[in-house]
Amino acid sequence: MRAKIRTENKTMTNKHVSRLAALILALGLAPAWAQDVGQDMGNMNQAGGMDMASMQGGSAPPDARDPHAYSGSYKRGPLQLGDEHRYGSLLINRLEGVNADGNTSAEYELQAWYGSTYDRAVLKAEGDIDAGKLQEARTELLWGHAVAAYWDTQVGLRYDSGTGPDRSWLAFGVQGLAPYWFEVDATAYVGEQGRSALRLSAEYELLLTQKLILQPRVETNAYGKSDSDREIGSGLSDLTLGLRLRYEIRREFAPYIGIERVALFGDTADFARAAGEDSKETRYVAGLRFWF
Amino acid sequence: MATSINGSIPGPTLRLREGDTVTIRVHNRLAEDTSIHWHGILLPFDMDGVPGISFKGIPPGETFTYRFKVRQTGTYWYHSHSGMQEQTGLYGAIIIDPAVGKPRTERDYVVQLSDWTDEDPMRVLAKLKMQGDYYNFNQPTAVDFFRDVANEGFGAALDKREMWNQMRMSPTDFADVSGYTYTYLMNGTAPAGNWTGLFKPGEKVRLRFIDSAFMSFFDVRIPGLKLTVVQVDGQDVEPVTVDEFRIGPGETYDVIVEPKEEAYTIFAQSMDRSGFARGTLAPRPGMQAEVPAPDKPQPLEMEDMMGDMTGVARARHARTEYGPTTDMRVDTPRTNLDDPGVGLRYNGRRVLTQADLRTIGGPLDARDAGREIELHLTGNMERYAWSIDGVEFGQSTPVHFRHNERLRVVFVNDTMMTHPMHMHGMWQELEGPEGKFQVRRHTIPVQPAQRVSFLVTADALGRWAWHCHLILHMDMGMFREVVVA
Repeated sequence: MRAKIRTENKTMTNKHVSRLAALILALGLAPAWAQDVGQDMGNMNQAGGMDMASMQGGSAPPDARDPHAYSGSYKRGPLQLGDEHRYGSLLINRLEGVNADGNTSAEYELQAWYGSTYDRAVLKAEGDIDAGKLQEARTELLWGHAVAAYWDTQVGLRYDSGTGPDRSWLAFGVQGLAPYWFEVDATAYVGEQGRSALRLSAEYELLLTQKLILQPRVETNAYGKSDSDREIGSGLSDLTLGLRLRYEIRREFAPYIGIERVALFGDTADFARAAGEDSKETRYVAGLRFWF
Repeated sequence: MATSINGSIPGPTLRLREGDTVTIRVHNRLAEDTSIHWHGILLPFDMDGVPGISFKGIPPGETFTYRFKVRQTGTYWYHSHSGMQEQTGLYGAIIIDPAVGKPRTERDYVVQLSDWTDEDPMRVLAKLKMQGDYYNFNQPTAVDFFRDVANEGFGAALDKREMWNQMRMSPTDFADVSGYTYTYLMNGTAPAGNWTGLFKPGEKVRLRFIDSAFMSFFDVRIPGLKLTVVQVDGQDVEPVTVDEFRIGPGETYDVIVEPKEEAYTIFAQSMDRSGFARGTLAPRPGMQAEVPAPDKPQPLEMEDMMGDMTGVARARHARTEYGPTTDMRVDTPRTNLDDPGVGLRYNGRRVLTQADLRTIGGPLDARDAGREIELHLTGNMERYAWSIDGVEFGQSTPVHFRHNERLRVVFVNDTMMTHPMHMHGMWQELEGPEGKFQVRRHTIPVQPAQRVSFLVTADALGRWAWHCHLILHMDMGMFREVVVA
């Protein structure tokens, strides 16, 4: 996977790379990620006076056992078990009505996967529909590959559609579970005409009871280059902070209500103001989270 | 959906005699392949009934004839080794009487424990693949946190959670599948059905407990009665009297009780306390005794995660335990056998431990081990993946035992669940921490962060299965093929 990272980065300018890297670091993803894939993070793992760094992740010492050392060169018979089967799931994480300044629109965010435990096809989609029209949509088709106990790398394509001109991107990202149970999804994109972008989202599930769950959520987008046709400015473009309270009638079926604060920055904010919209708004949401 | 043997769940109890040659014709009237494995029975490997290892399986409409000489005595059981058929009802008990009659107990009952779900077992697995804690409704909540803050202070409440949250581990991960979907059965009967065993006052009653559950450990007691454990996995042990014992899938425990003229509840609560199987011992039909409430769950402790950091045992991890398959490793496993296990540690009752068990007559083979192999029980709860040495069955190579060698096997449990490890065809002779022979078993429960060692005499030529008897763990790859050659 490391080779792939380098290959993709080569297509970006150094400026873009350093900007993206700085953003990732600033948002605190890198330490969590690095810890799991085995880089030395010093005292990151100290808890209760005990060093647990050696209990998770890391890389095998040179004298680690060979798991095939006892085989005597024998081969297995034809038995196949569930570890070789494929599984799949579709999670509609957000299907919600959004009310902001008296206007009501609809949003969706879903993720589907199909494949083995460690290699799977991943579909991600997010969009909003206002006045019966798809305003903005992001759809990604990725290959997810497990690289650490809690982390998958994802590479593939992203396609943006909606009211502005469509855009295509190459995507490279990581998705997984950071220490302290933060669900993290961070992806860098390279588009046509030297465009680049970074998207980062993180969620946390706070169990108020076994079925009543408070979910803080943060999402931010940044772009390497302005795209006035889609009203996007370069640099940090937007930040969304959300809080959703859901009740799991069953694990896979949960209605929720929530509140979100959205802020646009820089040229993106200017584009919004020029179009007569606010660059900051509070939104009230109600929706359904469900999966199969 | 249910599957059954001769129309009942459990299937009929097979009463065999040591020294006899038995012939059992299994006719498959299902629409899919099936098989019957004789759990704990010593027999030629091609009679062992594991499709893909011992034979091809039994296709729909066909009959397979099992024939083997019975070389042992005691309580055993049988079950399908195909797909998810054990969950849907393909299991039954085996009792083997000695060739020349030892006096039998006056009353003798099989108490076969199991779990039942109305869900398709494949759907249960699919849900766990999506969310490993799907069935756990006993997770730490914000309410618990504020209670701890009130009782112990903010710092202590935070410390208690620090390690678990940092490592993304749950302190209440006792069972992957719970009473949320399971009804726990005793001899195929739900708690409300109240399976009842009758006795005459003054009689000694032998209860042959068999855990035939798909995914459930039980903690068994009979309030008002002492339990004298006399046999484990079909092998007679020096009698030991306790109030309670834990039994995992695949294990059997024979206990003797001496009831007076009243009714008693046989209470088998699931390890995660999400439900129970229940029955009654009574002098007359229709009687029953009070049914206790399940205990409050106790969270996993430091020793269940870290092992024994002051101990001398060091684990040698495989190089394949550092990747995505494995969510934790224990460097300093604990070796003690005298721990009843999480949830049973401070209940004030005398609970059986492996240290209490001593097989009468000592080991089968006086030789010391010629060599030692070490295997680690591994998993990733977030991905719902289970393996040995971080390698799932599909990626594994067999473990080769040289014919007639005596070898030592070391298991280190690098997970926070207890795994009942079952070897087909040969005994596992468990040793204490000091290397002294303890007990002969076909299924050894390995506790979280524990290291156990046992000796095997590889006297059974052929190919054998060796796996965790939590069947979803087995199916997800905590499984090895053993080749004796």
